Amino acid sequence: MPAKIIETNSTPFSTVDVDSVTVDIIENALKNVRVEMDAVLFRTAMSPGIREQGDCFPMVANRDGKMVVGQFGSFIGGFMDAYEGEIEEGDIILTNDPYMCNAAVSHLPDWIVLVPIFKDGRHMAWSAMFGHMSDNGGMVPGSIPINAETIYQEGIRIPPTKLYKKGELQSDLLELILHNVRTTEWNRFDLNALVAACRTAGKRCVEIAERFGDDTFFTTMQIMLDRNLEAMRAIINMIVPEEPQYFEDYVCDDGVGKGPYKIACKLWREGDVAIFDFAGTDPQAKSSINFYLSEDMFKMFFGSFTINLFDPHILFNDGFYELVDVRIPEGSLLKPKFPAALSGRTHALGRIFDVMGGVLGQGAPDAMNAAGFSDSPHLFFSGYDKNGKWFQLFQIGFGGIPGRPIGDGPDGHSLWPGFTNVPNEFIEAYFPLRIVRYEPIADSGGAGLHRGGNGLSVAYEFLVDGQVGIHDERWLTYPWGVRGGEPGMRSTKRLVRADGSEEWLPSKCDGVNVKQGDTLYFNTWGGGGWGDPFERDPALVQKDVARGLVSQQGAERYGVSINAKGAIDQAATDKLRKKMRASRDEQGLFNFGGTIEEIKSRALEETHLPPPVAPTFSSLDR
Amino acid sequence: MAFRLGVDVGGTFTDLLLIDESSGQTYMAKVPSTPDDSSEGVLNGISRICDESGIDSTKVNQVMHGTTVATNAVLTGKGAKVGLITTKGFRQVLQVARSFCPGGLGGWVSYMKAPLLAPLELTIEADERLDAAGDLVSPLDEDALRRDLQALAKKDEVEALTICFMNSYVNGVHEVRAREIAAEVFGDVPISISSEVVPEMQEYERTETTVVNSYVRPQVSKYIRNMQASLEERLGDDVNLAILRSDGGLASGRAAAESPVNLLLSGPAGGVAGAMYFCERGGFTNVLTFDMGGTSTDVALIQDGQARIRRETRVGDVTVRAPSVDVRSIGAGGGSIAFSPELTRALRVGPDSAGAVPGPAAYNAGGERPTVCDANVVLGYLPSDVKLGGAMTIDRDCAVKAVQTLADAMDIDLMVAAEGIIKIVNESMLGALRLVSVEQGYDPRDFALVGFGGAGPLHANALGILTGSWPVIIPPGPGVLCAYGDATTRVQDEASRTYVTRVDAISPDEFIGALEELRARAAKSFEADGISADQQEVSYQADFRYAGQAFQLSLSVTTEQIRKHGLATLTDEFDRQHEQLFTFAHGKDHEIVMIRAIVRAKSSLKADLKEVPDKKTKLKDAKLHDTKFYYEQDWHDAVIYDRGMLGVGTVVKGPAIVVEMDATTLVLPGHAATVDSVGNLLINPAK
Repeated sequence: MPAKIIETNSTPFSTVDVDSVTVDIIENALKNVRVEMDAVLFRTAMSPGIREQGDCFPMVANRDGKMVVGQFGSFIGGFMDAYEGEIEEGDIILTNDPYMCNAAVSHLPDWIVLVPIFKDGRHMAWSAMFGHMSDNGGMVPGSIPINAETIYQEGIRIPPTKLYKKGELQSDLLELILHNVRTTEWNRFDLNALVAACRTAGKRCVEIAERFGDDTFFTTMQIMLDRNLEAMRAIINMIVPEEPQYFEDYVCDDGVGKGPYKIACKLWREGDVAIFDFAGTDPQAKSSINFYLSEDMFKMFFGSFTINLFDPHILFNDGFYELVDVRIPEGSLLKPKFPAALSGRTHALGRIFDVMGGVLGQGAPDAMNAAGFSDSPHLFFSGYDKNGKWFQLFQIGFGGIPGRPIGDGPDGHSLWPGFTNVPNEFIEAYFPLRIVRYEPIADSGGAGLHRGGNGLSVAYEFLVDGQVGIHDERWLTYPWGVRGGEPGMRSTKRLVRADGSEEWLPSKCDGVNVKQGDTLYFNTWGGGGWGDPFERDPALVQKDVARGLVSQQGAERYGVSINAKGAIDQAATDKLRKKMRASRDEQGLFNFGGTIEEIKSRALEETHLPPPVAPTFSSLDR
Repeated sequence: MAFRLGVDVGGTFTDLLLIDESSGQTYMAKVPSTPDDSSEGVLNGISRICDESGIDSTKVNQVMHGTTVATNAVLTGKGAKVGLITTKGFRQVLQVARSFCPGGLGGWVSYMKAPLLAPLELTIEADERLDAAGDLVSPLDEDALRRDLQALAKKDEVEALTICFMNSYVNGVHEVRAREIAAEVFGDVPISISSEVVPEMQEYERTETTVVNSYVRPQVSKYIRNMQASLEERLGDDVNLAILRSDGGLASGRAAAESPVNLLLSGPAGGVAGAMYFCERGGFTNVLTFDMGGTSTDVALIQDGQARIRRETRVGDVTVRAPSVDVRSIGAGGGSIAFSPELTRALRVGPDSAGAVPGPAAYNAGGERPTVCDANVVLGYLPSDVKLGGAMTIDRDCAVKAVQTLADAMDIDLMVAAEGIIKIVNESMLGALRLVSVEQGYDPRDFALVGFGGAGPLHANALGILTGSWPVIIPPGPGVLCAYGDATTRVQDEASRTYVTRVDAISPDEFIGALEELRARAAKSFEADGISADQQEVSYQADFRYAGQAFQLSLSVTTEQIRKHGLATLTDEFDRQHEQLFTFAHGKDHEIVMIRAIVRAKSSLKADLKEVPDKKTKLKDAKLHDTKFYYEQDWHDAVIYDRGMLGVGTVVKGPAIVVEMDATTLVLPGHAATVDSVGNLLINPAK
């Protein structure tokens, strides 16, 4: 039984003629709505995750639940199918369960709020927004336990539930939920903020309808969807060849000793339709690295990456979905079966963007980027401060943007829209730790005509005893280079104890006890290089050396010789480049830094960590 | 008899306004700017104004000046070579910025980072560390710093030096010591330290702000020295030069040269100040301002006669922590180009602009792409047959040709395309106005809307309809309003610091003590400039939030109020405002984030300005001729009037066009404009 929407006014909306300028104006107005949703949320949210790092995503959808404005695509269709019950004006729905909302959110810490928008008793549109909560209960602080085996271990599961019924807060329910998380007040505020943002959007939609007429607003949303459809039809024909392209990349490990996990994708076009087939992707993992990827969300990733190139002012939406066919095998890493654990999904989610770049790039090599900082690594630090008060810190790591056709990748930046770091002085003022170092790692960006951005080294000195959890990637496989560019340097985690002894921590781990005076070096990875490094102007290499972004020795990766005074030794450079050109292997489109077997055999020596064991999949898993 | 002079130096024109302080009589001049040495244009203007009015130039003893010299240094990337000293481990603080890539999903693909204002080649680290409480972790290694500074000095490139250490917002002791050492090595290179320029939490923002201060400092100092010298030569030794700051207050030339980061929005602040002057005298204290120029539009909100101040200033890509009038800029103005992307056939306007060269197609100077100005010409809003004040000639045929290309691309009628351009650009302005009103919890219908700048009066009536803000006010001299603002504001300075303290952890007395300390700091520059204590007014502000929240509200605070009612009076007020803005209040965990003291000199302007013809004029005397314009899919017969001939109380019924030296006001059908006692045109829906 799908959800039933109760309207007190049964007059149907009609499709009317809307001139194109009015469409543009309403499009503009809806753009403002989305901006305002973000603004309301940032100002009222309380956790550093949302307020400083911007880990949240707004949406406005039409009556049918198709996203008209937003970023991550609509899930309302799936939700409506799954929800049994009636929906009335004033209801506000809350959920965090990926298995219950068609993976609109992909792990439990993302809470999503959904508001049906009514005008004069008629259901007109939807607004929705999700944000990453600081904690969702469960096995570990921050609620991303790497070794969870089922979603039941990952904290409270909220099925689509009415947080407000006809405008009235269900406070018993709210308290029950908040009782289950470690950061009650942060979540309370952040949830309040999500509701305020969605309500604001509702108000604005009603205002727009009042200004232009209900039918005009209704019709315009459809026209906006059609615009995307037509635009994407042209784009797909331009960039997706009929000849199949294939690409595969990996998630290095599952945090419990197995890996790497393959993500395979084949792309081709039949008529106007682009087909992405993930057949060949490895089966689901027993830990929490599974990423429940909804087909619609992938369509959205694909569309927003490509449409921006042609009309960056367009309001991107769901309208083109029929032009993309996404096939994801059941029971795979990307479509695990309930109740598989999902909290550590960020790695596969990030990797999808490298996969998409790799498979699309073969059809349009000129527009292709190297492998980027395709993840959002986390650090959790929690415990009791000197006053006996509980604290928990959630930090997102940043790294190297890849070398791109347009130029070098920025150092220590974010691939995710809107994300920023938390200021170090803020952290020191509110948490018992000191940031001893915060800087890009010289030479970690892959060499290329356009250099990959450097990864970031952050040294955390702990001022009290506590526990840390780490979630990172690309410690084993390389951020690959393209068109002659070298791969970037991989990530490492080094813990230096107060007594000077040193440990290399795995890329994914929970519950690591740290003591006052210990220092953790959280080193992320660099972006891959783009183009032939021997073609790079030696003056640029020299500049990077003077800036501390490339070392004197690292300059040799570009075949450039920099002397002790920091000047270019032209004769030595010419000689070096000639020699290196002669001795290098034939360059393919991609440089993965070796085969998986080669990389694994060198793992212990190079990464101080044993290689993961190849996962075996029983027929039951499939 | 004493005179004061307001001077606004813009990119194209320098506007001057001379005021007789005792009678309020005003004299105006507009002369071409002289970008190589702005003082030349200013002196030309003074000559012109004094020649025309017969006033003895030595009687001018106050020059109040809004300048874009700091802004332009940032926008053109032509500031000083800045050296930077950071705490060890943070050399790359500007390179990493906040890790932010603008744009949506995939925005990183096309993001190009602008060059750092303090290049890494000239950035060194100091071995030192304080903790978040300001306590010593490791002392400053003075010998190593001296060695590194000597090596840096040897490069012979640094023109201004910046020092920003971790946690120095709490304790600047290491920065102060490092400055002493640097001064020994670098001699007279100006040095800015972050604990003095902006003692606020967040190392990236504080570093960037202090670096920007260094970046514009040599140019601004030189500019002010030059200007002061030229003025003294012409106007006598007793002339006082004051510069308008981004927050709308005036600073002495000396104070401005030391903290030039506070001048980045000096230009737009002048416009807002001018608008405030006329609106307040017309009896309007709640106003949205709307300043539309050639390439961009600035909007701001004035409540109870005060412009909203925000704690950051944005110029181009550069954002600094310096107080400024909360002016939001959008890249849409009279010169914005309209186009239609082939793929979507949508109508887009801006952000590309035709600029001054070639300018809109209607200027017939080589521009071929349709602009907002061209649409105004095609629709008849900007009459091609009226030339007043030697303004640019308008060629309607060229405008039609340009807009027709767009109409063809979209397969629509010429007039529909022209009206579409205006509607789209108005919608963008509406978006900007919403940013300063609705998004801050204000209902625009509770405000009047004042339109100025070259193109503002053309679009103001339409925006009034969109926002519901009435009346729409067109002040006198809408094209030279900044000069009015420069001449009518007051000397002001402020001191602030990060406080970050829970309200329940302090006593009222402690809090009052902290405020009074700031007052003393803020009044320092007044003492240096000879403004005595009895000529000063002080006000205090405290930024409140719930502990941990990103949002904060500035509350006005008086020490009397706290003595009487305790700190609860503040927390209650915060809860009330929070609820009004966001529909909920938390009621506990109040935190004071920042506190500041603002000191103003008492007003010195005794007489009101006189801007309307005293003589009783009749509407028909002001009529220039008949015209027609296109609005809402129809042509309307209209009349063109000369604003200079409109006396107090005159009512101009729309459809009409009112022209003056450098601005054109459009009065739409169904609306009427009344001249108020100050000379404002008040447009309202006709009854």
